[in-house]
Amino acid sequence: MNNRYDVVVVGAGPAGSTSARFAAQSGASVLLLEKDREIGIPVRCAEGVGEKGLKTVVDIRPHWIKQKIVGVIFHSPSGKVVKVQSKEIGYVLDRKIFDYELAQIAAEQGAHVATKANVLGLLKKERVCGVVVDFLGERKEIAADIVIGADGIESRVGRWAGIKTHVALYDIETCAQVTAMNIPLESDYCHFFFGKEIAPGGYLWVFPKGNGLANVGLGISGEFSKTKPAIRYLEEFLSTHFPAVAVLTTVAGGVTCAPPLKTIVEDGLLLVGDAAHQTNPVSGGGIVNAMVAAKIAGRIAGQAIKENNVSKKRLMEYPRLWDDAEGKKLGIFYKLKKFIYDMTDNDLEKTADLLLGMPMEKRTLVNIFKSAVVKQPSLIIDILKVFT
Amino acid sequence: MEKGKGMIRYIRKKCDFCGTCVAVCPHDAIELAENDLLILERCTVCKKCVYVCPLQALEVDDE
Ligand SMILES: Cc1cc2nc3c(=O)[nH]c(=O)nc-3n(C[C@H](O)[C@H](O)[C@H](O)COP(=O)(O)OP(=O)(O)OC[C@H]3O[C@@H](n4cnc5c(N)ncnc54)[C@H](O)[C@@H]3O)c2cc1C
Repeated sequence: MNNRYDVVVVGAGPAGSTSARFAAQSGASVLLLEKDREIGIPVRCAEGVGEKGLKTVVDIRPHWIKQKIVGVIFHSPSGKVVKVQSKEIGYVLDRKIFDYELAQIAAEQGAHVATKANVLGLLKKERVCGVVVDFLGERKEIAADIVIGADGIESRVGRWAGIKTHVALYDIETCAQVTAMNIPLESDYCHFFFGKEIAPGGYLWVFPKGNGLANVGLGISGEFSKTKPAIRYLEEFLSTHFPAVAVLTTVAGGVTCAPPLKTIVEDGLLLVGDAAHQTNPVSGGGIVNAMVAAKIAGRIAGQAIKENNVSKKRLMEYPRLWDDAEGKKLGIFYKLKKFIYDMTDNDLEKTADLLLGMPMEKRTLVNIFKSAVVKQPSLIIDILKVFT
Repeated sequence: MEKGKGMIRYIRKKCDFCGTCVAVCPHDAIELAENDLLILERCTVCKKCVYVCPLQALEVDDE
């Protein structure tokens, strides 16, 4: 580890490793810092991704894939089952390996990587000019022209730069997940369970990982977890629905389902991935978005270094390109999230009935959302904007 | 800033160090390490962290 780099990236999740990779590829000297002992562990994620999006940011390696997914199955509060075949292929990944190899790919491009390196603050003169890190128990200062905050849900990098990044209780999903054996559900579909008893202000998922293994987890809105935490909801669901499962791992986690952050760059600073609230507020999915944003951010950081101009004005190209790619859509998804949030169990049953009345080939994502918003048809325009 | 009663305490054996509490803290008063969590002095005991913890690993100690 040197004392100075062009670019320092905080956090080695998909966002961090991908920004490090593209910044290094553009010729910058890059250091990627991860607080944990190992990259990829623990996995706080259901590991589902769409092939189409992932392909745009990385060459997919077969051994990253645990299970190919051909569709989704929705379970209504009363137990109605709506099957939807997807045109797009999905995967349930093995993020332990995926995250690790993304960091490896960044290193292949020349990035330095350090684990057990917990960033504690920013160095600042007129602008951000480096980080303070606890590396293997010793405090070090590392100078940098650009700092990229890719420090996930627990991000503090933005706050240290003066950006308000904390989220409202309404906009956080508090999650618990088990990876378990013997789940008696179709294993090439992702399953979603809805209902106030199951997961208020959120949903429960079952994402199969092959050979009878699956990620079973749920997220509930922070507004509902005051009296009963996510883990209790999950325990209750498991004991009533899958009493015979063997739980191999339990994790907790959080997902921001918030409006897009207004500020994601400052002089010498960029935020990417969960740190920039780039998850989809309806699904909570954030892997591909994080990587799409990180590819842009890494490239812009590399170019800015070459041009010797790391001003906010120069770096603003990143949010502009991101907005055109996915960012603007997230604003619309947030509107849809607010609508879905208010749906009662009765509304959900009616939506299930509408979908069950449709022939299989009509059950597309657009039609699913259209059926959900029958009470507010003005939202149909928004649905068309994000799905077509 | 109005300060609530008591102090926030985290229960090490329950905590999974997932950082959900950090995301909702309005005062940047929680410091996370791989296997450690520190409540900083600037905490105002607003309890948002207590409410969102997926494992109920945070509580208010009001002695
Ligand atoms: C229960 C759950 C299920 C999910 N399921 C899905 C899903 O199926 N599909 C999907 O697309 N998304 C899913 N998500 C969201 C997805 O996990 C995130 O969007 C994704 O991991 C974001 O990547 P990231 O690189 O921004 O952050 P992360 O993957 O969280 O990486 C951030 C990294 O930064 C490190 N770090 C933090 N602070 C510091 C510091 N101060 N110094 C050094 N390092 C630091 C962390 O240790 C971590 O390794 C889920 C999330 C949860 C919680």
